[in-house]
Amino acid sequence: MSAKNETVVTRKSDRELVVTRLFNGPARIVFEAWSKPELFQRWWVPKTLGVPLRACEMDVRTGGGYRLEFGLDAANAMAFYGKYTEVTPHSKIVWTNEEGGEISVTTVTFEDRGGQTLLTLSELYPSKEACDEAIQGSAAGLPGQFEQLDALLVELVA
Amino acid sequence: MVQYSAARLDASFAALSDATRRGVLEALGRGEASITELANQFQMTLTGMKKHVAVLEEAGLVTSEKIGRVRTCRLVTSGLEEEAAWIERYRQRWALRFEALDEIVEDLKQREHQNVGKE
Repeated sequence: MSAKNETVVTRKSDRELVVTRLFNGPARIVFEAWSKPELFQRWWVPKTLGVPLRACEMDVRTGGGYRLEFGLDAANAMAFYGKYTEVTPHSKIVWTNEEGGEISVTTVTFEDRGGQTLLTLSELYPSKEACDEAIQGSAAGLPGQFEQLDALLVELVA
Repeated sequence: MVQYSAARLDASFAALSDATRRGVLEALGRGEASITELANQFQMTLTGMKKHVAVLEEAGLVTSEKIGRVRTCRLVTSGLEEEAAWIERYRQRWALRFEALDEIVEDLKQREHQNVGKE
């Protein structure tokens, strides 16, 4: 069994967060795990989070829709929904997140790297504030200096 | 869940938004320096450098101490911990998911191998 691959996060701009990760399998397999609901729901909400996925409807094709419902019981469930605006098998999935009123867009690309897959996930928010809120929740209004910060952290913390 | 102070983060990210100030942090990462030395290094007036250092001090990234006639600046080593934690929380969310995804990818790979074997 190989060691865990590193999950890297960078803030590309005021409105965009990018997460990259390598997977030990070909793109067609990683894509399958993202696009088949029965597989997707096995990993999207890790057990350690303690909040189960109550419903998972996914129609992963261009123009299709999805709806995910989280919660301990029906009364406290939270729904996330949107559309797949672009689905290219084994290489790209783009979807919208429409539950917040404002639409944010998530793009996932799968690149084959000799038996491994480089996954790049980008979340583009409608505004800088929405982006800040998405990762932070309470302290909105931060200037988008994450790229510089990342570079600095490498130098200062390491 | 860790709570982050909005004002604190505003100050440190604003401090990092300037190339000279990032340069000063890097310079101080290599060792302490006086305002005069920093001003010379960045080809800047003493007053200009004092202002930059004041912003970094305000953000809690640098401390300075006047010894005799010289003001010496030092990096606060824990200065970026809160910001690092801020990104780390988001990264962990994805790392958790991806670890679970690793298992499924492994599972699918093995099934594929088995199927190939059967054919």
